[in-house]
Amino acid sequence: MSSISPQDIKKEFFKSKMGIAGITILTILILISLITVIIIPIETFQEWNNPGSWITYPKAAIPIWINLFLFEKIPEHKILTDPNIENISNDEINLSSYQFSFNFEYDQFPNDFIYSYSSEYINSPLLEMSVIRPDGIKMKLFSTSLPHSDVVTIHQDRIFSTDAMIKKELIINSEEFRFEIDNLSTEDVIFSKVEFNEPLKGNYIFLIDLYEINEKSKITESNLIIGGKAFGIMGTDELRRDLAIGLLWGTPLALFIGLVVSISSVTMGLIYGVYAGFKGKKTDETLMRFNDVIYALPALPFLIILSVTISNSIFVMIGFLMIFGWVGIAKVARSMSLQIKTRGYVEAATMMGQKDSKMILKHILPQLLPYAFASVAISVPAAITTEAGLSFLGLGDPSFPTWGQILHDANTFGATARGLWWWIVPPGIMIAITGLAFVFIGNALDAIINPKLKR
Amino acid sequence: MKKYIAKRAATMFGVLLITLLITIMLVGSNMDTILKQGVVFQVRSEITENPEIAQSFSSVQEFEGYIQDRTDERIKNLGLDEPWYSPQRIGLTMYKIILLDFGQATFLTSDLGSSDVKEIIFEKLPRTILLFTTATILISIIGIFVGALSASKIGSTIDRITSSFAIISSSFPVWWIGMLMIFLFAFTYQIFPARATPDIPASSPEYLGALLYHMTLPLITIVMIGFGSWAYLVRNFMVGIMQEDFIIAKKAIGIKQSKITYTHALKNAAPPIITILALSLSGSLGGAIITEAVFDWPGMGRLYFEAITVMDLPVIIGATYILTVFFLVSIFIADLLYGYFDPRIRTNTE
Repeated sequence: MSSISPQDIKKEFFKSKMGIAGITILTILILISLITVIIIPIETFQEWNNPGSWITYPKAAIPIWINLFLFEKIPEHKILTDPNIENISNDEINLSSYQFSFNFEYDQFPNDFIYSYSSEYINSPLLEMSVIRPDGIKMKLFSTSLPHSDVVTIHQDRIFSTDAMIKKELIINSEEFRFEIDNLSTEDVIFSKVEFNEPLKGNYIFLIDLYEINEKSKITESNLIIGGKAFGIMGTDELRRDLAIGLLWGTPLALFIGLVVSISSVTMGLIYGVYAGFKGKKTDETLMRFNDVIYALPALPFLIILSVTISNSIFVMIGFLMIFGWVGIAKVARSMSLQIKTRGYVEAATMMGQKDSKMILKHILPQLLPYAFASVAISVPAAITTEAGLSFLGLGDPSFPTWGQILHDANTFGATARGLWWWIVPPGIMIAITGLAFVFIGNALDAIINPKLKR
Repeated sequence: MKKYIAKRAATMFGVLLITLLITIMLVGSNMDTILKQGVVFQVRSEITENPEIAQSFSSVQEFEGYIQDRTDERIKNLGLDEPWYSPQRIGLTMYKIILLDFGQATFLTSDLGSSDVKEIIFEKLPRTILLFTTATILISIIGIFVGALSASKIGSTIDRITSSFAIISSSFPVWWIGMLMIFLFAFTYQIFPARATPDIPASSPEYLGALLYHMTLPLITIVMIGFGSWAYLVRNFMVGIMQEDFIIAKKAIGIKQSKITYTHALKNAAPPIITILALSLSGSLGGAIITEAVFDWPGMGRLYFEAITVMDLPVIIGATYILTVFFLVSIFIADLLYGYFDPRIRTNTE
């Protein structure tokens, strides 16, 4: 117990390498949280568990940057939403052409392709889909007339690469290819070289043509998905969710859980311990017995029972974590306040008839503040890992994409057995980095407050 | 000293009762429903086993009424007609549990097929102790040596590596490292089995060998994550002792540095180390739940996890009780050791 002024602590703190490292990591994490909250739409967070909102994303896709290290490039998942529109009118026939152009530079065939559209029309226009390949061959893939309607209607549909008509159209084109295409899936033919069945690299143009007579209809929504095996900076999971978004949302959540739990349990512990120590005698005895009881409760089994029987809401969980967090701090705070109590100025203040509450708040608590800050920092990682552990067991709040929740999903879908490392490694690293930041800060503060450890 | 022991023992027993009470309160209402369903099931199965009774009814109502009467009668006999929170019932339940009578499990069974909760628990408990006690002992041995080594060369590379390894390794959740280890050594390089449960029956003679082989990967993981903080702790104790006058005096006489480190200094650092060892032995049992779930180790932790998943309440209560008993006993031992080594603690509380 020493009385160092806050300025001294600050000066000392920024002298220690550990402290600076901790503060730097923490600042980065806070920045990530802010950016996430401001930039990433809140819907991604609310819709995290809604499979419908992730339908356009690929399943268990590897991060795209892996292609930088690979000789054989893995096809990226492409979502093309912005076609080039051309309108050609010829006497009575109107043609609106929607062109998706993209570069295909990979050494594997894409998984599939899906074209989804919504069209506003009258009568019965003809919709035709074709592709112009890098070698100039144009292949018709699909044609259909939209269901007849006398009034203006909106029609939504999807064309899948597995459609039987595409297959038929390709077989008509089979003389272009010098190999048997009957048993190949459509994307393996469309994206293949003509000589042998290997991906043909270059610029592909997918054309969606809408033919009609006298009328002028349009496709209001139009997007083409070229299904690949790589997507995003962090890849996707089995439920097609973008892991980058999950990891980003996990940051503010982890900081929130860690800080709320540690700050409130340290505050509780401090007040409890100081009060016990200051009052002494019977009060002290009773309070410390109660403290012993809580201390001896096995925390994890209890947390599990509580979350199963009462509620697994994240806020209730924070409350539970607090119940087990304050005990150790109360013990130390008590012994510290026992020491401070004997100091001259405290005794003087008692003699002057200061109220207990004032004594504690004005004279004793401020002395314990440096210790309190160090304890907050040291107890954050435990709160974060405990929450992650509970979530990992499937006892967490499923509506929040915490890192533990992501790891739980990874475990459920057998990510370890299937080698989906991008699903397992980043959440754990994030947990560890966040923990490290606070451990660094805590250790640096501790070294200043307890100069003994510096030796 | 006697008074101190008695006081601690009384506190511990009180804690045990409170833990039990809280557990029963938390799961009590569910437990009640399950017990009553059990009675109905029992009555029905008795009737189906005796066709004569079943045939003697003329209508469905009569049959249902008969079942209702028998059920009510039995519920009354078992004392289940009182609400679960009535003092008698809680008292009876607690009394039974203290005597290790946990009743029958609802879903889970032991490997040998018994559904007696006591048998299930005593089948799993040795495996958890085997894995985690071995791990803790290895951790402490490695930790003490590495810690003593880095304490004898403060500021050296070894010391700096130990300290940073301790800090970094303590930030990683063990179960996550476990996932990575399974990923690396069970699937990428197929050295160890991914599931730590041996697939041969427990009765066969090769079982122990298979169990040890399946134990390797979890053991390596736990030791790898655990020994760093031990080494750091031992180092800090030792650093304190190395600056005591008697060590400096020994140095001045010309006793070899290594002898001072490993005999004189280590001996003096022993009390806190032994105390912490006692605490971490029990702490490891509590932390086993997640680790065992990851490695699928067939011990108490996985049992607990399975019981929670299917809400097998008798098992939950029994396992919580056993875990608490172990936890309390080791806290008690740690307390005694602490009091024995450091007389100030004793006199303070007396």
